Amino acid sequence: MNEFAHLLDRLAYEPRRNAKLRLLQDYFTHAPDPERGYALAAMTGGLTFREAKPAMIRGLVEARIDPVLFGLSHNYVGDLAETTALIWPAPHPISSNDGGLSESGRQRGSPLLKGEGQGEVRGSSGEVTHLTPTLSFQEREPLAVAPIGHNNPPPHVPTLAEVVETLGTVKKADLPARIADWLDALDETGRWALLKLITGALRVGVSARLAKTAIAALGGHEADAVEEVWHGLEPPYATLFAWVEGRAERPTTLNPAPFRPPMLSHPIDEAGDFEKLDPAAFSGEWKWDGIRVQLVGGRDADGAQVARIYSRTGEDISGAFPDLAEAITFSGAIDGELLILREQRVQSFNVLQQRLNRKAVTPKLLEEFPAHVRAYDLMQAEGEDLRPLPFTERRARLEAFVAALDHARIDLSPLVPFATWEDLAVARADPAAVGAGADADAIEGIMLKARDSAYLPGRPKGPWWKWKREPFRVDTVMMYAQRGHGKRSSFYSDYTFGVWRAREDGSPELVPVGKAYHGFTDAELQKLDRYVRNNTTKRFGPVREVAYGLDHGLVLEIAFEGVQRSTRHKSGVAMRFPRVARIRWDKPAAEADRIEALETILARGISEIAPGETLKEAGA
Amino acid sequence: MSFSASDLLTLTREGLYCPLGGFHVDPTWPVPRALITHGHADHARAGHGRVLATGETLRIMAVRYGADFCESRQEAPLGQEIRIGDVTVRFAPAGHVLGSAQIAIQAQGVRVVVSGDYKRAYDPTCLPFEVVPCDVFITEATFGLPVFRMPDTRDEVRKLLDSVALFPERAHIVGAYALGKAQRVMALLREAGYDRPIYLHGAMEKLTELYKQEGIPLGETPKVVAAERAKLHGAIVLCPPSSIQDVWSRKFPDPVTSFASGWMRVRARARQKGVELPLCISDHSDWPDLCRTIRETGAGEVWVTHGQEDALVHWCGTQGIKAKPLHLLGYGDDGESEPAAVAEEAA
Repeated sequence: MNEFAHLLDRLAYEPRRNAKLRLLQDYFTHAPDPERGYALAAMTGGLTFREAKPAMIRGLVEARIDPVLFGLSHNYVGDLAETTALIWPAPHPISSNDGGLSESGRQRGSPLLKGEGQGEVRGSSGEVTHLTPTLSFQEREPLAVAPIGHNNPPPHVPTLAEVVETLGTVKKADLPARIADWLDALDETGRWALLKLITGALRVGVSARLAKTAIAALGGHEADAVEEVWHGLEPPYATLFAWVEGRAERPTTLNPAPFRPPMLSHPIDEAGDFEKLDPAAFSGEWKWDGIRVQLVGGRDADGAQVARIYSRTGEDISGAFPDLAEAITFSGAIDGELLILREQRVQSFNVLQQRLNRKAVTPKLLEEFPAHVRAYDLMQAEGEDLRPLPFTERRARLEAFVAALDHARIDLSPLVPFATWEDLAVARADPAAVGAGADADAIEGIMLKARDSAYLPGRPKGPWWKWKREPFRVDTVMMYAQRGHGKRSSFYSDYTFGVWRAREDGSPELVPVGKAYHGFTDAELQKLDRYVRNNTTKRFGPVREVAYGLDHGLVLEIAFEGVQRSTRHKSGVAMRFPRVARIRWDKPAAEADRIEALETILARGISEIAPGETLKEAGA
Repeated sequence: MSFSASDLLTLTREGLYCPLGGFHVDPTWPVPRALITHGHADHARAGHGRVLATGETLRIMAVRYGADFCESRQEAPLGQEIRIGDVTVRFAPAGHVLGSAQIAIQAQGVRVVVSGDYKRAYDPTCLPFEVVPCDVFITEATFGLPVFRMPDTRDEVRKLLDSVALFPERAHIVGAYALGKAQRVMALLREAGYDRPIYLHGAMEKLTELYKQEGIPLGETPKVVAAERAKLHGAIVLCPPSSIQDVWSRKFPDPVTSFASGWMRVRARARQKGVELPLCISDHSDWPDLCRTIRETGAGEVWVTHGQEDALVHWCGTQGIKAKPLHLLGYGDDGESEPAAVAEEAA
């Protein structure tokens, strides 16, 4: 447990991905089974056990520490697990800086320990409470040599495996005592990690994907190789480690509906890529603005149908979309885009987001936000892995598959025919005119897939390209700047920008409409940073207000993907994916755009259908 | 009514005042006569009339404020009783920074000890704290919460050296307060066997020079040359805390951001400052030492100047010791922090 805790501690302070990977690999190489397997499960959300309630932890501490002091400390530190870890009476004497002087001093004085072995303590109300005498430091310190006649065995430092297995089996009434024993035995970092783990709040800046990447690298594999077998495995993943270490065969997945890593595309560079590519070698189709999913169906050992919906990252989201899961009556794996359809019309991402934001899946939600999948590809059918086939063959199989399925929730993503890149540019500029019709607003751009491309997991360069629609653009004025994080931690790199609107008296004012923190080069960042420092008018902690107004201010041209209503912003609108497209050092602030520019775009996006309403102007 | 501690020391706008001696202790405003416990800027200010302090503190003040920081000065030798008006004062080491002292003030059989800032932990750059028995002990409470139990500084310095060994290509930028903490870190590094140059931000140069003149060996401590920053692979660089997040520090090769402070006990504090390698090294007493010190002075009453006074006052109550917070303004509102005198874009 202490080794795992040490890892978490270092990960928590490490901002860089590669350094995190190095730490993870180092740990997975050296930690024994099943310890490392449970560590992997802890980081990938694969552990299920009875979580300890904060009130119980608090109770344990307050039996040992003056509740007033604990309360003040908790207020100060702001985190229950950390406060408890720091304040828990140390099982070992804290090695002292002042040459052993404090050894006896701390023991005698140890102002934290109630009782201090005297067996009683006077509470603040004056009554004398009897407590079990706690072990003295001298008895606790030497783990190896227990004093003769010792009644209490030396504290046993639990392994992570022991903690996980115990939590899975322990009776509720016994839980507090077990946790207290562990806290006594662990060091400070160990206590912190244990408490984070058992309260279900283990957030250490490591994604499941990163942990899997580290595991895969042990055997020289890509993370996707681990993803492929992942859903058939259980903690502590002994077969997985055996495989990546070359001690055993690749684990066979017994999961009848496993996740398969999706194939991703690269953005196309209009300036250079098209001239190198042959239009005849590619197939075009719409890129829908929903969430990429896999619908996977299969039969388990008993012949029962298993239906799974996975997100792009392999998260099982079947529970959130029971309406769609019902449609998985087949045996196969469809790659597609999850969208909300009303009256056969694809709704914008705004509408989908309203469903994604709800925690509870209610009948009303299912009715108002019916989930559909627009199928892009067929990865597997009736036990046959189709991924090695060329795209055109897979597409033919997909068309037949969807047709045979004949389910209202699943349809085909139509192809976009073209002969030249110019044809394709026309389609991209106006999808509605090229067959997308009323769904055009839900189209993000165009996908190009090499006709002979196999389905390869990850993001191979060459076979698949995405060509997004032109972003919207608006000229804004920088209003506030905030320092960035990580590599940019000292630079003012996050900019809040505004556009003009009329006050009640008609005079113009700037109103913030968004925040952008990328889109510029490092050299531009240095210039922007200098601009912020030289034009600061006010400071609010990490935020600086810069000079802005009709006569001064820096114009930032912002590119973005869309506008939605927002109650959080004073302006009432929020942008999707805003980024700095150009820095307009030359443009006067007074000539920046007005709020109406955004409201027009917003009005376009609102061509959505209200729940339950029929499409009145169908085809209009 | 008999003579009591509150006759000996009162509170004025400028801070603690001794009417019988006609002097203030660590006043936050200019006064005619001041006794100064130590050289940190929130305790030692410029512009007083007469100043009484240890020789080291007077020299620190001269370095910080210039030779004419007061009208006249007098050196207080440690341990020697000095008569001022109707009281006797005696300076005793406080173990906080070079020259830091507690001031015992006595009259009519009542003794009050103003401890200033103090610590009990090991520090090779100053004399260790001396327990002075007293009736009223005036204590700080910067780290006055039981979550503050400081680890062994040698282990913290080891963490830094381990990181340097692990990342020999990266510069290690260690934020440390310019007076005391920086020199303590240097001395601890030397004791741990580190003999390469320790690079300094310009803001630490003068005080470090003074420490060396006072006979504290700190080895080779060159000032960072701005143009050379990119070449300092694997170097340890000390700078004021405000500079660790500054553009200044980004010019070093792939810098590891570190900070030597008691605040590093709390993860959120480290993360807020973007610290990757927190070093828990404090120049203030941690909770066990605050409690131990109060007990050892035998004081029947404790006044708490600044910091987390609520918890310490509460604890005194549970021990049957009278205690009250003084709510003194102007002392280290941010605990260990130095005033923002160090300009952001310094050097």
